[in-house]
Amino acid sequence: MISAQRRIRPRVLAISSRGGHWTQLRRLRRAFEGCDVTWASTDPGLATEVAPDRFVLVPDASRWDRLKLVWSILSVLWLVIRLRPNAIVSTGAAPGFFALRFGKLVGARTLWLDSFANSEELSLSGRKASSFADLTLTQWPHLGEPFPHDATREKRGVKGLVYHAGAVV
Amino acid sequence: MIFVTVGSQLPFDRLIAPVATWARSRGVRDIFFQHGGTTIDLSGFESAAFVPPDEAARLFDRANVIVAHVGMGTILSCLERGKPIVVLPRKASLGETRNEHQSASARSLNGRPGLCIAWEPEELPVLLDQISELMDRTKIDGAKIGPDASPELIAAVRDFVWNRELPSSARTTQTH
Repeated sequence: MISAQRRIRPRVLAISSRGGHWTQLRRLRRAFEGCDVTWASTDPGLATEVAPDRFVLVPDASRWDRLKLVWSILSVLWLVIRLRPNAIVSTGAAPGFFALRFGKLVGARTLWLDSFANSEELSLSGRKASSFADLTLTQWPHLGEPFPHDATREKRGVKGLVYHAGAVV
Repeated sequence: MIFVTVGSQLPFDRLIAPVATWARSRGVRDIFFQHGGTTIDLSGFESAAFVPPDEAARLFDRANVIVAHVGMGTILSCLERGKPIVVLPRKASLGETRNEHQSASARSLNGRPGLCIAWEPEELPVLLDQISELMDRTKIDGAKIGPDASPELIAAVRDFVWNRELPSSARTTQTH
């Protein structure tokens, strides 16, 4: 069963907004080696940074502009439905949060990596994501439990808990 | 060359103003301001409100020193290139950002080689006058980081996307 799964390259969606979230996401690239990975972000100029991998542009959004937010959410929904990824990984902010939300609808496993910038408490998005994401990671040891690298798959992430498994730097 | 950058979100004149004043008084011309939409007079200097990612990458490559807000994208871009950076944290209390995460980040990163923190704008001219010391390669070589996240984080993400389970033998050896 496991070996049958392993023969198929997982379809992965790696999504974040531009700027620091993207720089952190890009530093996970080695983790996606051998996967069928699609990158998504909010600036078309970022495509060259992950070429020749597939890159999809999603509209920018923040909690502060309602109309743009709706447009961004619909675009992310369409992307997730079209791509049907096996796994979704995000470093934030809004587009990644919604990708994780919709990912659960299409049966994707979802990972939220909270930004290195949140060194005193988890971001609001991170706190919300931890309730439904399959794995929530913080980059600061004092904000999460040690990640059980040596545990079984089932025990290696419990919803609602936040783990620390290293940082992007 | 000095690259001054405030990121892709909001202006940050509390950083731009003292740096522009310092550059004028010292006759520094080889400086580029990415200011996010400023009200400060930057005539005589190269500047832009925003720069696309490829141009930003070229500016980071060209720069000897970067002066910036405490944005993770900017700091990682400097660390990846082993370039010295002077930062001033944005304050939410002054409407420069949504929360005080930049001050928290600055406190967490304090002491990293190649990174210099100005807590208030008044400290900037003093730090900028020591720029040749900041550019001393021997001091910042230890600051350069590779292109990848920590091996533990890469492993955790890789195992997650492959939905991978370790063989039970590996589990028992690792728990010892």
